[in-house]
Parts: sequence; C-alpha cells; structure tokens
Amino acid sequence: MITGKTIVMNAEKKQSSIAFVIGASSVGTLIEWYDFYIFGMLATILSKQFFPAEAGTAALLSTLAIFAAGFIVRPFGALVFGRLGDLIGRKHTFLLTLVIMGGSTFAIGLVPGFATIGWAAPIIVLVLRLLQGLALGGEYGGAATYVAEHAPAGQRGFWTSWIQTTATLGLFLALGVIILIRSNQGVENFSAEWGGWRYPFWISILLVGVSVLIRMRMSESPMFTKLKSEGKTSANPLKESFGNKANFKMVLLALFGAVMGQGVVWYTGQFYAQSFIETVCKIDFVQSRNIMLVAILMATPCFVIFGWLSDKIGRKWIMLLGMLLAILTYRPIYKEFIAITSASNRTQIVDYRITKAGPLMPLVDAKDKHKMYIRQVIDTAYLDGSHFKYTITDTLIGFNELGVNRPINLLNPTLIKYKSPKPNVVIEKTMGKSATWDIIWLIFIQIVYVTMVYGPIAAFLVEMFPTKIRYTSMSLPYHIGNGVFGGLVPFLGTLIVEFTKTSANPAGDVLAGLWYPIGVAAVCFIIGLVYLSNKVDQNVMD
Amino acid sequence: MNTLKKLLGVVWMLLAPAIICFLVYQANLKIMAASESTKANVILQWAIILIIFIPICVGFFLFGKYAATNEYAQLPSSSEEI
Repeated sequence: MITGKTIVMNAEKKQSSIAFVIGASSVGTLIEWYDFYIFGMLATILSKQFFPAEAGTAALLSTLAIFAAGFIVRPFGALVFGRLGDLIGRKHTFLLTLVIMGGSTFAIGLVPGFATIGWAAPIIVLVLRLLQGLALGGEYGGAATYVAEHAPAGQRGFWTSWIQTTATLGLFLALGVIILIRSNQGVENFSAEWGGWRYPFWISILLVGVSVLIRMRMSESPMFTKLKSEGKTSANPLKESFGNKANFKMVLLALFGAVMGQGVVWYTGQFYAQSFIETVCKIDFVQSRNIMLVAILMATPCFVIFGWLSDKIGRKWIMLLGMLLAILTYRPIYKEFIAITSASNRTQIVDYRITKAGPLMPLVDAKDKHKMYIRQVIDTAYLDGSHFKYTITDTLIGFNELGVNRPINLLNPTLIKYKSPKPNVVIEKTMGKSATWDIIWLIFIQIVYVTMVYGPIAAFLVEMFPTKIRYTSMSLPYHIGNGVFGGLVPFLGTLIVEFTKTSANPAGDVLAGLWYPIGVAAVCFIIGLVYLSNKVDQNVMD
Repeated sequence: MNTLKKLLGVVWMLLAPAIICFLVYQANLKIMAASESTKANVILQWAIILIIFIPICVGFFLFGKYAATNEYAQLPSSSEEI
C-alpha cells in the first residue's frame, strides 16, 4: 500500500539523486574548465617560456594561436566523443574525456622551456593543447546531456544551469589558484622556467583523481539505458546526425541562431574583458584578476536564475535579450574602461611624484656589450587612491669616433658616443577603491549577459535533438559556437587591433577588436529572432 | 514571417561567399604587407583563419539555402519528426 510517507520519501530520494547527479557531473566539468583556462590565464608567461625571447608580440600571438588551437579542435572532440557517448553511453565517455584532459594538463606543466629544448617546446605544448581541446569537446555535451536526461520535465533549465555555472567557476578556480601561487612566490620565482606558473598545471592531476573517483560511482543515464535495453541506440550517430537532412537543418539552426552569438558573448565577457583591462588599460596583473574574481562571483547565481526563468517563459527571449544588450553596450562599456583608467581623469597628489631610480644606474646588456640600459621608475599617486607606475627603459648604444658600434666600457665612458633609440615604457596601474568598483560593475554587467545567453543553452540544445543522437548532435554546434566563434575572440580581437596600427597612430584603435563579437552576435540575433521557436519541449524521452 | 525567412535566406546565401572573398582578400593584403621577419607568422595566422572559417561559411550557405526554400517554415514539434 502506498502511503503519503512513501510518496514523500520517494520524492526526497529522487531529489537527492538529482543533487548527486548534478554535483558529480559538475565537479568533473568544473575541473575540465579549470584545466582548459589556466593556459589562457598564463598566456603572457607561456609565450616567454615556450618561444624565443626576442619574439615579443609575435610570441604572444603564437601562444594565443596555440590557445585558440585548443578551441578549434573542440568540434572534432565533439564528433569523436559524441559518437562514443551515443554508442557506449554517457558515463564511460565523459570518464575518458576527464582522464585525457587531466593527463594533458599535467604534462604541459612538465614540458621544458624554449631555452632548454628549443622549438620542440612549443610543438609539444601544441600537441597537448590539442588533446585538451579534444577532451573538452567530448566532456560538456556528455555532462549536459546526462544531467538533462535525469532532470524532471519543466525543471530542465534550472537543473542544467548548474552545469552551466561550472564554466565560469572553472575560470574562477583557475584565477584563484594562479593569484594564490603568484602572491606567495613573487613575480620572479613565478615566471622562472621551472617556476610557480607550472603548479596550476600540476595541481590538475589531484583534482582529476578526485573527480574520477566521484564519477565512477555514477550510474548510466536512465534514457540511454532504456534505449539500449530496447536495442534502439543509433548504429551510426554521425550519419544520423549530419547525413539526415531534417536533423542537420536543426544543427545549423542551433549553431547560427543561438550558439555562435552565445559563444562570442561568453568569451568577450570573461576573457576579452580581462585581457583588455590588463593589456590596454594597463591594470596591474593581480588587481585585474581580483577584479575578475569578484565580478564572476557576484554574477554566477544569475546562471541558475536565468536557467530557472527559461523553464517559465521559454529559452529564446532570454538568450536573445542577452545578445542584444551585448551588441548595444559593448563599445560604451569598453570606452568607459579607458576613461576610468585614464590619468587625465584624475587629480595627481602634489609632491608625491617620486623618481625611485635615477639615470645614474646604468646597466650593460649581459649578452650584447654594445647596449646599455638606463631605467627610471616614476610612481604617481592620485587623490582617489590610484597609483600609476611608469618604468621607462632607455637603451643606449656605444659608438666609436667613426660611428661604428663598439662595446661599452663604463670605466672609460669618454671614448664612447651614445645613440638613444625610442625608450620602452611599461605602465602598471593600481586603481583606487572607487575606480576598482566601477570596473567590477562593468565586468559584472558583461557576465550577466553571459549568464543570460549561457544559462538556458544546455536545456535548449538537449530539447532540440532525439536521445539516440543527442550527444553527437548537440556537441557539434555547441563546440563550433563556443570553441571556434567564442574561442577566437581574444586572438581575432588582438589581430584586428594590430591591423589598425599605423605609423601615425602606433597604438591603433583599441576598440576595433570589439567589432568581431558585435558582428557575430548581431547576425546570430537576427537569425534567432526570425527562425527560432520559444516553445519548451517537455518530452526529451523521444 | 515565412516571406521574411525566405528573403533572409537569400541574404545568408550571398553573405557566405562574400565573407570568404573578404577573408581571402584580407589575407592576401596582410601577407603582402608583412615584413620578411613577420611573414611566416602572418601566413600562419591567416591560414588558421581561412581553414576554420571557409567550412563554416559553407555551412552558413547551406543554412541560407534551406531558409530560402522555406524549410524552416515549420520547426519539428517532437524528435519523431526529425
């Protein structure tokens, strides 16, 4: 006899089972995102470690290209592991992707630098980065499908939104670990060839170990188990996903009408913003990351809020509103970043402008004795609590009377004439409290856009495709949209700004990089508006 | 609404090859303008961009073709229709 108590107990059991499914899936996905993002967070250091020292911006662009390569292969990972997930099941597939991701991340931390093994270093890193991308391509679709197939009808947006938080929390974890290690070690030790920048990669192996143990305890998705027991699983998921015109049409619609816009909004809000405040606005390394940490933490609950709301009012309008707001406000937001961090907008404290190192401390280049450096540090304080530090390095070159280069001898300087090329100026800004909060709010707004487009997307994709080919069908558009369109935002944004540099304007148009995400989001918005349906599919058993 | 879907489909069909032409033109322009020391890097960057975006543009063209032939007039209401 079924009593009221039995019904309550069953409901509680079901609820705790879903909570375990969410927890176990989310921990693994969070770790995969952490693994994936530490590479991007450390791009500046990696470019110095794995490329020749004199490569400069080219090395950074090459590192960003390797970073982007990890994104570009994600669709291939989606095909390989999506097919496996539809053939052998969700659980075993995303266990495999977790191990590949953890192993390759750990291995990146073991690769010797360019100074030790030359060009083998960037090549090995590229291969490991490709493995990371493949693994991530298989992971997300599996986790989202797995959770959605456990979630009750009418609450799918809410439950899958927890999986959506992991991408942002993975970034949060990566930033937190890097700041913690760097603060303890100091800049010199952190950036050395075998320095602290390797620790975040090594820590990954511990996190993955724990996650594998948790995931081993999980059972297969009930819908996939049912299909398998009935012998209805797909024999060839790739053919059924992309060879079947009706399904392929939906794959294209998902990509161009939702995911490509979501991808660029995601990566602009969480990656381009950080890169912009650090490299363009020149905010200090630790402060720029702290700003991101606070903004991410404040905005993360919005993933769940918008996921829940999408169950009530549909997925389409929430995602499209997020895109529209991004299109309309990106340029004003980034202009404001420049205004907030500009020296002309603040009052300098009189008599605080101090020169820490004068021009009487010359340093002869250890490798090239023709060169000598004179370094001057100017620290300027402002009434709002901000400090701007300018390190000006003048390079002097020794000449003899005939104008031929000759080594510099500081003990007998009268024999040398000097020629000074354009000085190198490094600016580091530490913002005061009020300016810091202004920047946090501007990044928070962008992350809220991220939560609007990203919170409902897993449920939206799951509901679009049939169970037997769901893993394959939803993974491909998701990873092209995020991996390719989104992942290329930092790389293409930097490249577009490079194109605007001229001899008359050597800094270029620093806002030009935004045209890429704005353009992609605008096309996606129009397609989504015209072609997508707002109907929530309650039955994902079919 | 269906007329708008079809008309926009034609726009997407035209936009896809236009994007490919623009990318190829830009690649050529930037590679020619690059100095000898940066040429290899510029070629690599543009090779990556072209290899990625040309297949996506082909997909975009197909999307436009389906839209122009009114295949998105009625979206499937259940997986059985797929």
